[in-house]
Amino acid sequence: MITLSYVYLLGGALFTAVAILSGLDPSNPKRARTTVFWGLMALSLLLGDRISDFGNGLIVLAMAILAGTGGLGKGTLTPVAEAERQAFRQDRGARIGNWLLAPALIVPTTALTGTLLLKDLMVGGVHLVDPKQATLIAMAFGVLLALALALPLIRTTPLVPLQEARRLFDTVGWSAILPQALAALGAVFALAGVGKVIGDLTATYIPAHSPLAAAALYCCGMAGFTILMGNAFAAFPIMTAGIGLPLVVMQFGADPAVVCAIGMLSGFCGTLMTPMAANFNLVPAALLELPDRYSVIRAQIPTALILLAANIALMTLFAFKV
Amino acid sequence: MLTLAGIAIIAIGFVAGFNPLLVVTVAAVVTGLAAGLSLHEVISALGKAFNDNRYVSMVWLVLPVIGLLERAGLQDRARALINRLANTTTGSLLIAYFFLRQMAAALGLTSLGGQAQMVRPLIAPMAEAASEARFGPLPDPVRHQIRAQAAAADNIALFFGEDIFIAMASILLIRGFLAGNGIEVEPFALSVWAIPTAVVALLVHGVRLWRLDRQLARMMQGINS
Repeated sequence: MITLSYVYLLGGALFTAVAILSGLDPSNPKRARTTVFWGLMALSLLLGDRISDFGNGLIVLAMAILAGTGGLGKGTLTPVAEAERQAFRQDRGARIGNWLLAPALIVPTTALTGTLLLKDLMVGGVHLVDPKQATLIAMAFGVLLALALALPLIRTTPLVPLQEARRLFDTVGWSAILPQALAALGAVFALAGVGKVIGDLTATYIPAHSPLAAAALYCCGMAGFTILMGNAFAAFPIMTAGIGLPLVVMQFGADPAVVCAIGMLSGFCGTLMTPMAANFNLVPAALLELPDRYSVIRAQIPTALILLAANIALMTLFAFKV
Repeated sequence: MLTLAGIAIIAIGFVAGFNPLLVVTVAAVVTGLAAGLSLHEVISALGKAFNDNRYVSMVWLVLPVIGLLERAGLQDRARALINRLANTTTGSLLIAYFFLRQMAAALGLTSLGGQAQMVRPLIAPMAEAASEARFGPLPDPVRHQIRAQAAAADNIALFFGEDIFIAMASILLIRGFLAGNGIEVEPFALSVWAIPTAVVALLVHGVRLWRLDRQLARMMQGINS
């Protein structure tokens, strides 16, 4: 059975290449730190299951310290290299035209068809791929397929995609592993019982005397707690056990299906407003080379607040049986 | 109460502008210590959780493809495509993308789209090109505003589309949670209640994107005058 461990090997190979190419980049003013950072990421992907939990923990600490004290470096292009790239783009653009768009669409379409087809594919009585991880495995396959088609189309060597990946990682920097670190933080929060403390506090100290007030408390609680945790899934069980079920459903007689469905969407409003949801909010800002880390969040806040108000109204209108 | 120290560290750390990766790691260690774990146990718990969540970072596998195609001029192609469609504005392009992304997500096709796969190589350059065609060369603040709006459109369309699909993780989580509390609900009964908010999201964000063109025009005027 093909499992995620193969995908991690591929990821480990990519980060190893990025580490080496960063080390060989004379234009990067902090190339030693940059190499160590991506090297640690490669180590985690290649050997994470063999070294102890403590060893993995030390990797996380080392990466955080590298990022937090001085950060990573970034390569620059000489004017000559810049001109060469320009010429390369114009030449390939004229030759390939819109066919260049095809490999870009291969990755998402392979991920999609792979999810639908591979999930139930059996070979000799066992699943060919781990059904729970079909999307990621299919996406990794799509990446290889797209490269296999794009390299001859563009007529260049396999070193070029790795070098370009290194350039993009220079742009994204340490924020590339922030989503994974936040997921780990969520696990530590769960271990320490952080959610329960907050749920109890909210339920104890904030009163609600009408269906509207109860719906507003639950929806705002979902959004607010998601802002703190960075993830509506982490907020949902706590807020619903603390406020949603006892107050909105039991005390005011609301329909649990409506309350939970709209409660979850209120949590998504919180996701749009928090730097803790790094993969949606901070990583795109880095990918798009925006100088203000929070500019994506700023663009989302008006819609998020209006939708939160709409959710409170919808819950008040539809959840309570008359 | 001491267990909330980690949340305080995050709030203060983000507001004070410390490196988020460092803030998050310190918050995890402090939270674990406050809950009574030893330093060795905390580091181990953090390491185990980091290792278990490696799949989160696998989205980066796509970067060599995106990088290679950008090197060969993918963003130029995306721009050229938009320039051939006269009358396409940044706002109308993003409305169209928002609509398609939301519909696809509602059908469970969440992997069509995404920040690294679609927004950076295709949607953001197209959105910029549409405004370049109208206003000429764009100053940086305008360019950045357009990019941020492209990223936001992808997120909002995804969040308020996916819950309509009955097999989505959030629907499964709600069902599981309610079943644990002795309440059985059909997935369809949950997903149907995602539709009103999805419609409101389309209307609200659609209006905001429609007004974006005027906002960009004002920004251009303010900068040129």
